[in-house]
Amino acid sequence: MMARGPKIQIQRVAKSFGAPGRAMPALEEIDLDVAEREFVCLLGPSGCGKSTLLNIVAGFLVPTTGTVLVDGRPVSGPAPERGVVFQEYALFPWLTVTGNVEFGPLLQSRPAADRRRTVDRYLDLVGLSAHADKFPVQLSGGMKQRVAIARALANNPAVILMDEPFGALDAQTREVLQDELSRIQRVEHKTILFVTHSIREAVYLADRVVVMTSVPGRIKQVFPIKLPEVRDRFAHEFTRYESDITRVLREEVAKVRA
Amino acid sequence: MNAAATRAAALLGALALWAAVAHGNAWLGVVNPVLLPTPGEVGRVGLELAWSGELTRHFLTSLGRVAQGFGLASLAALGLGLLVAMCVPLRLMAEPVIEFVRPIPPLAFLPMFLVWFGLGEASKIAFIGYTTFFPMFVAIAASVLRVDVVLLRAAASLGASRADLVRRVVLPAALPGIVVALRVGVGLALFVIVGAEFMGADAGLGHLIMEGRTFFNPAQIVMGALTLGLLGSLINTLLLTVERRLLRWRAAA
Ligand SMILES: Nc1ncnc2c1ncn2[C@@H]1O[C@H](COP(=O)(O)OP(=O)(O)OP(=O)(O)O)[C@@H](O)[C@H]1O
Ligand SMILES: [Mg+2]
Repeated sequence: MMARGPKIQIQRVAKSFGAPGRAMPALEEIDLDVAEREFVCLLGPSGCGKSTLLNIVAGFLVPTTGTVLVDGRPVSGPAPERGVVFQEYALFPWLTVTGNVEFGPLLQSRPAADRRRTVDRYLDLVGLSAHADKFPVQLSGGMKQRVAIARALANNPAVILMDEPFGALDAQTREVLQDELSRIQRVEHKTILFVTHSIREAVYLADRVVVMTSVPGRIKQVFPIKLPEVRDRFAHEFTRYESDITRVLREEVAKVRA
Repeated sequence: MNAAATRAAALLGALALWAAVAHGNAWLGVVNPVLLPTPGEVGRVGLELAWSGELTRHFLTSLGRVAQGFGLASLAALGLGLLVAMCVPLRLMAEPVIEFVRPIPPLAFLPMFLVWFGLGEASKIAFIGYTTFFPMFVAIAASVLRVDVVLLRAAASLGASRADLVRRVVLPAALPGIVVALRVGVGLALFVIVGAEFMGADAGLGHLIMEGRTFFNPAQIVMGALTLGLLGSLINTLLLTVERRLLRWRAAA
């Protein structure tokens, strides 16, 4: 493969909220590159600016200073090259599962047969083919998030941004979805920026874990996770990453409390 | 007992109560029996009016006015409601005007409409339109403002343009609120059509009622009122059917 620049380049990005003069900094000088096909997890104390950073990359928020480049081009708003999966699912309740997954391809005016194939493929990938005609109200939280993942993938984005996508799920469902996401990533090879509160989840999924400081958020430490693609949550190396990251994160959480 | 049977029983019960009170009054002579017509007397007036074609004429006249006034007002409320809700400067300008005009009881302006539009159809249609516009406009704008920003973000990151957002997200997301607004509008239209037809009309259910007063025929007044009730419940049933079809996804659970 040809050597290329990073897929996502976050360059000196800072963000403050509020009126000028009384602005509260939420993010301070973030520099982060994400390589193509890389899975990066953002960890940090609550309120440190993880969602803010993700929303800037998504194009929902404009940074106060700095820029985000995707494939070398500056981000100036939301675009289909950057798919987003939200903690609150954000499914369109008036559309069926099929209708939701078809939303992106429909906007691109792809022919019906082509859309049909895409929907079938991604519903199969997330194991929801049997529920294609249901409405979101008829689905469990885990199923809804599977639909949201299928909807993002069906649009074939190069980058997927996920803000605590499994945060609202119970522990068992959460692990099942982590397994699925890891399996999907081995097939789809997306570039993923993933926000989570769970260290275990981060170590299980990520190629690199980025730990942020308490607000205003900066990058505190980056942990490359050198584990096999298919991971064992009980392996000795796995738990060592967990405790290393826990120690670093705990210092920051303590600052928030202080 | 199923719901339909319960409803039928309730209606029959109300009819029986009316019959009992009216006939009891005729028997005991508490008030002049002419002032309290029995179901039979009202039915007879109704049959005469129906036979001569008068009832249909009045009914259709009122229905036509409601349909036109409400139809124009709902189109305007939908268009302007969307526009104002989605454009911040417009909203800031519209708010104080609406807050001032809205609390004025519409009937206060009825004479104005007669002055402007004369005694013909235009004044009635315009008056119904005016009455129903504001509450529908305000409710529609509010339901557009309540559309979850996360849905807009989700659609935008799937490649939706501004037009796509309006058509594929804002409208369907606001639809439950829009349907409620339309039902309120129809209710109001029926509420004020009578007033509009009291003055200077030669047809319509309001006119029928007023004629009953002029010629001292209480049975005709009651007949006119009952027909209005029928008109209202017909329109409501129609809207409920439309609502159920459009909002299937909510009932799916
Ligand atoms: N729209 C906004 N207006 C003002 N302040 C905001 C806004 N959004 C976020 N903030 C502030 O910016 C900071 C970072 O918020 P953000 O939501 O990015 O944190 P987070 O790391 O995602 O937290 P959590 O883990 O709890 O989701 C917080 O202090 C928050 O209060
Ligand atoms: Mg957050």
